[in-house]
Amino acid sequence: MNAIILTAVWGIVMMFGGAFFKQKSTPKYWAIAGLILAIIANCAEVYMQKPMVAIELKGMLDFTSFNLTFITIVLVCTLLLFLLNGRDIEKVGNNVSEYFALIFFVLCGVSIAATYNTLLTLFLGIEILSIPLYILTGSDKRNLKSNEAALKYFLMGSFSTGILLMGIAFIYGGNTGTPTFYINNINLGTGKLPVMLAIGLVFLLIAMVFKVSAAPFHFWAPDVYDGAPTVFTSFMATIVKAGGFIAFIRLFEHAFGTAQQQWQILIAIITAATLLIGNLTAVFQQSVKRMLAYSSIAQAGFMLLAIFAINQFAKEGIILYTAAYSLATIGLFAILIKMSDYTIDGFNGLAKQQPVLAITATIFLLSLTGVPLTAGFQAKLFMLMAAVNDGRQIWLVVFAVLCAAISAYYYFKIIQAIYFKENTSAVNQQWDITPAFKTLLIITAGLVIIIGIWPSVIIDWLYY
Amino acid sequence: MPINYYIFLALALFCIGVVGVLTRRNAIIIFMCIELMLNAANLLLVAFSKLYTHVSTLPTAGSDAQIFVFFIMVVAAAEVSVGLAIIVMMYRNTHSVDVNFLNRLKN
Repeated sequence: MNAIILTAVWGIVMMFGGAFFKQKSTPKYWAIAGLILAIIANCAEVYMQKPMVAIELKGMLDFTSFNLTFITIVLVCTLLLFLLNGRDIEKVGNNVSEYFALIFFVLCGVSIAATYNTLLTLFLGIEILSIPLYILTGSDKRNLKSNEAALKYFLMGSFSTGILLMGIAFIYGGNTGTPTFYINNINLGTGKLPVMLAIGLVFLLIAMVFKVSAAPFHFWAPDVYDGAPTVFTSFMATIVKAGGFIAFIRLFEHAFGTAQQQWQILIAIITAATLLIGNLTAVFQQSVKRMLAYSSIAQAGFMLLAIFAINQFAKEGIILYTAAYSLATIGLFAILIKMSDYTIDGFNGLAKQQPVLAITATIFLLSLTGVPLTAGFQAKLFMLMAAVNDGRQIWLVVFAVLCAAISAYYYFKIIQAIYFKENTSAVNQQWDITPAFKTLLIITAGLVIIIGIWPSVIIDWLYY
Repeated sequence: MPINYYIFLALALFCIGVVGVLTRRNAIIIFMCIELMLNAANLLLVAFSKLYTHVSTLPTAGSDAQIFVFFIMVVAAAEVSVGLAIIVMMYRNTHSVDVNFLNRLKN
């Protein structure tokens, strides 16, 4: 609750502060201060087991240590993004304060999407998360690519909202017991699902798959991620996607958990398709930004394993996966933003010019591949263990491991470019890098390794 | 009137919306089709709400669906304001609202 209130209030503060901030760098410090405040307030809520202000919610939001841990991870990752790329957000356009305000609103939406308990709050959370993002995607107003990305994202996003609402209406009407929006009270009946509930479930599934950009509804993701300003791509591909997943897993655990037998095969097919399409198309990309967009689809395939299984491993794993994937991708994007050339050739000879960037980029890439001793390995391990423990579709586990092997190809291509290729390009890269940036990168890489060795540092929080 | 009529009407509206989004090329018309989808959901919710008011003995039965409809309207209004701003921004740069323009990102 603290996080929701503080991010919403701070978003408004940033929005109106834009009129009073004289210097362009002021909003960044305000945003960082607000985020630290939100993290402290959120941790305090975990300690004290109750929010600062008591608000009667009628059980519409549900704050467990699982949800609060997820929100903490999301806030910490955003803080890292602000610290690493604060200056790049300032470069996007003139309305710096508003960009930060919109990011705060997105965080508020993610917090609601992580804690919702009724279909109404699910809808509100997803919308509060999406609408500011449409604006952020199009924030580079003169750039045609950014415009296109915004329009495409907006049309696709609101299309999926329409499907989501239709699904909710059918779930409400098809309920076999008393009609209700509370996800824990939805009565699925016994045996085969009634027709209306089945239609509603499929609509909700399509809408959520749209939001997390899994196949077959992934087609918007590469274009949008490619067109948006790179800082916001970094935010979208990590934090927002994780928010979508936490909403997805919550919905299917609480609302449809009893009918798992019936929808599990659907999720299995979606997972396999996502893994295959994400990894295979990423292999052929020349631009690293676009490759990371496809790799985010591939990683979404791994996260879908948690929804496939929904057991203790899956719930621990999705938290771990959020942390591992967000840290590595934010770090990698932070390095990419500093490049003048976004193709893989742009990384040629990075080891000689910027050894710190090279070594941290390598750690992030190894984590995304899932090499042992990095966070990505633990996260993937938890996901695979969840699927194995479920024990129904073992072929999916084998398939996921094979796809992880494909992903090694395109991640290692960048590592190869960093260490074993000479920089031959005529453009002389200007490095705008401060010692603070390097220190932060090292801290991020350190976090990736620490989580990789002791995943319990995060998982213990779930049982606080 | 049986509830089936409302369900079929809402589904028909929804399908018109979906087909419109998938086939039309004008951004504004796509947008209107999306609104049609949202309103189909509204209609369905109100129909179910009315049904349960009749069926149930509770005086407040079904009222939550009607409140949901208000939320949908508010969110749709927020979406319209953002969406039209994006379309206007697009129009300023390309002097067209045709979504066939959206192919530049592919390569």
